[in-house]
Amino acid sequence: MINTFTLDGMSIPFSEGQTIIQAAMAAGVYIPHLCFNPQFKPHGSCKLCTVKVNGRQSSSCTHQALSGMVVESNTTQINDERRMLLQMLFVEGNHFCPSCEKSGNCQLQATAYELHMMSPHFDQFFPDRAVDASHPEYLLDFNRCILCSLCVRASRDVDSKNVFALSGRGIKSRLIVNAKSGLLADTDFCGDDKAANVCPVGVILKKRIGFAVPIGQRSFDEQPISASPHPVMKEV
Amino acid sequence: MNEPAQPKLRVATTSLAGCFGCHTSFLDIDERLLELLKHIEFDRSPLTDIKHCGPCDIGIIEGGVCNAENVHVLREFRANCKILIAIGACAINGGLPAQRNHLSLAEVLEEVYHAQHGLVDGFIPNDPELPLPLDKVHPLHEVVKIDYFIPGCPPSADAIWKVLTDLLDGREPELGHDLIHYD
Repeated sequence: MINTFTLDGMSIPFSEGQTIIQAAMAAGVYIPHLCFNPQFKPHGSCKLCTVKVNGRQSSSCTHQALSGMVVESNTTQINDERRMLLQMLFVEGNHFCPSCEKSGNCQLQATAYELHMMSPHFDQFFPDRAVDASHPEYLLDFNRCILCSLCVRASRDVDSKNVFALSGRGIKSRLIVNAKSGLLADTDFCGDDKAANVCPVGVILKKRIGFAVPIGQRSFDEQPISASPHPVMKEV
Repeated sequence: MNEPAQPKLRVATTSLAGCFGCHTSFLDIDERLLELLKHIEFDRSPLTDIKHCGPCDIGIIEGGVCNAENVHVLREFRANCKILIAIGACAINGGLPAQRNHLSLAEVLEEVYHAQHGLVDGFIPNDPELPLPLDKVHPLHEVVKIDYFIPGCPPSADAIWKVLTDLLDGREPELGHDLIHYD
């Protein structure tokens, strides 16, 4: 017998140990997410993938699929809350899309398009955050960090380097670089690292290749992020 | 018998801390402008050169708020327009002008008018007719209520056309994936 649960009325098969979002992706159903990446253990922090499981809200990236559960995802109420999370992410950082190399390939931007975010709604924080251009090949623009921790997980679990960490709490949380100077140049970070290629937004950028792909041909110009359950970024 | 002509909707437009790129994109609706003019007439706008906004159905504002005059114009639009639309990145999140928000206003003025290389005897202008710059640049919705937003830098002519025709036809404006973009 195949285990199944229902997601917005559809029957979704799953295997033992799979989370709701893993089973949904395998079935080709998109659930909005930012800090989740199928190659890594879930972090459960961005809350974009929140769904209702038997009437109670839960992160679909950490909630195990169970037979017979009733899951709601694409509803007005949940999408309204997801949009508000996005608006808070946009005003907390400095997300100036017209000048960002990641524009058109950015999961934050594409998810905001998907959820029809027409304005940031809240007052802008305009936080002061420094850029780290110390590394010869890579640039860190902390203005765009959404604290998804994917670079932290990639550097720790795949590269075994621990180059990145999240520091501070609440609104003072920030991404830091594990060097006495705090600078990327003083770490063993390199372009072959998984951490160099995992950022869903425009923080970790390879230098001297920006804007190589013209507008109209970037990842999310042609099709919305929902068209592929987990987006595969174009090589830039 | 001829049907009574529908009264035309009055539309006002202005650019605050913007570059007129959104207005240029608006003009990119090309010959559809003639169709639009069957249904609307312009009040205050760079297209008419009318200096103050009278009672209007729709106000379209490009650019953020960077000086005292911007605040007055924005409030005049809000007081007179039934529907107010923020158009473009600067109106919606401050955009390019807001990139100065990380510097003090004194530093900016000093750099632009006094210290910059190549300036001879530069001084910071202080004519009383010049509007005073604000400490920070703000998006429109931080100052008045905005009813609809058309994002983009600039939004495409098709996006602007879609929102205006939706409103003219009495629909809630909605931009699909091909028309919504932030850059």
